[in-house]
Amino acid sequence: MAEEMTLGESLRRQGVSRRGFLKFCAATASLMALPPAMIPKIAEALEKARRPSVIWLSFQECTGCTESLTRSHSPTVEGLIFNQISLDYHHTLQAAAGDAAEHAREAAMRENDGKYLLVVDGSIPVKDNGAYSTIAGITNLQMLEETAKGAAAIIAVGTCAAYGGLPKANPNPTGAVSVSDIITDKPIINVPGCPPIPVVITGVLAHFLTFGAIPELDALGRPKAFFGTNIHDRCYRRPFYERGQFAASFDDDGAKKGWCLYKLGCKGPVTYNACATAKWNEGTSFPIESGHGCIGCSEPDFWDRGGFYQPLSQGTHASGAALGVAAAAGVALGAGAALLARGKHKQAEETKP
Amino acid sequence: MSLLDFARGPAMYWSLVIMVAGILLRLVGALLLRHSKMLSKPRSERTVWAGLRTIVRRSWLPATLGKRVMIQQVTGYVLHIGLFVVILLFVPHIEFFKGLIGLSWPGMPNELITLAAALSIGVMVFLLIRRMTDPVLRAISGFDDYFSWLVTFLPLVTGMMAFAHLGLRYETMLALHMLSVELLFIWLPFGKLMHMFLFIPSRAQEGAKFERRGVQA
Repeated sequence: MAEEMTLGESLRRQGVSRRGFLKFCAATASLMALPPAMIPKIAEALEKARRPSVIWLSFQECTGCTESLTRSHSPTVEGLIFNQISLDYHHTLQAAAGDAAEHAREAAMRENDGKYLLVVDGSIPVKDNGAYSTIAGITNLQMLEETAKGAAAIIAVGTCAAYGGLPKANPNPTGAVSVSDIITDKPIINVPGCPPIPVVITGVLAHFLTFGAIPELDALGRPKAFFGTNIHDRCYRRPFYERGQFAASFDDDGAKKGWCLYKLGCKGPVTYNACATAKWNEGTSFPIESGHGCIGCSEPDFWDRGGFYQPLSQGTHASGAALGVAAAAGVALGAGAALLARGKHKQAEETKP
Repeated sequence: MSLLDFARGPAMYWSLVIMVAGILLRLVGALLLRHSKMLSKPRSERTVWAGLRTIVRRSWLPATLGKRVMIQQVTGYVLHIGLFVVILLFVPHIEFFKGLIGLSWPGMPNELITLAAALSIGVMVFLLIRRMTDPVLRAISGFDDYFSWLVTFLPLVTGMMAFAHLGLRYETMLALHMLSVELLFIWLPFGKLMHMFLFIPSRAQEGAKFERRGVQA
């Protein structure tokens, strides 16, 4: 349950120095494009913030989002902040099991009614009354509707919760939908990605704790601070794109020289995320830096937008066979039209006086 | 389905089907038309050679027309070379053709593509103004002329805007660019843009006919 200890007290107990804490606040302000004057305010707000109760529901998912957050790298302040929230319910991380686990969720909902944060990862199957995914005999759909009622805000973590993700991929056998397809009367922050960047998740939490409100969102419900620009615009390989220098395979000379991965299907130009700036593994790199094109995992329906290795300028439906059939049809129609015209021409000649 | 998914998917598919079927319909239809019987004795038998020669000779207008057509001729060349560079030498476009026909070729740096596109846009605007202000050109222009101009101009402008990240978000501009190209695909076989495929056979046929009749042209 949420304790009456402030976040600042809790962090000091964990051995986080004032300097380390302020560095985190400065990094958070920078990542969220806030002015430097906001750093003391973030620090003050986080210092005094009570540990918020967080209920984390995992539905149709692979646990990658939780893995991303908890196993990203050695403990950092953002990791510790995540540890310091009162995570009252989380399938993977909680010690309780069975009825006790469900009672913990119900108790957290009761005690923090209207104040707790609801974090959801995974999509929600709605086909056949949601029978494809249940927890303790309760369908994901029922659990989400029930838990969302008393939440102050909902954070849909990962592309599955935000947009349906992989379970929603064609032909979507379970009728998977996103959180915002079901809950329409609560503030929802989408933090998509497969998985999302850990610092983006904690950054959103920090924003909520600091300002008591959700950050500014884009048309797809994502915080603009992290999802405001596309990967291509921030990509360090962009100059090679401009010069027309591309890797044509994963082991050719262009790949070794770090040239642009557009020809290898990189979806950076149409993908909005903070990968190129926040990066992964303590800022070590991101997929493009590791030699693989962006697959567009923070965008809706990324799984159904053609092949991952298909360049963006190629069609997703057109095929040589279809064009062959079209060509044959064109030849047949042209020949038919010409023969018809020949017949009329001949007839006109014969009837000439 | 997003606008980009629509543009890359069904819109591209059907526009290509219509374009390929339409081009072949018109080419085969014209090829198989009944030709008039030649009743006169031919003045020359070298009609094939004359046809091939005319394809090349018609690429530059005779000096007798002089300065009267020079502007049109030069701007025409700038526009067509510009379009050739933009359409066939921009790497994302080469990737498009590769996906379609399996062939690819080296591309050019984006700076040169941008220059070619800007020149093409400038020339097209100039030619449109000329067409609308010159009384003779205006009198002989119809819907086909203006619509063919529009479906050629839109891909250039939307492509430049998408490339320069002007206007709407990149993915929306890219979708609009693709949709404008797909409009071009659909219109191509049925309007004057079909000259892309007809100019060679029509020049050859005219050259052969003239040779047979002894016309020096």
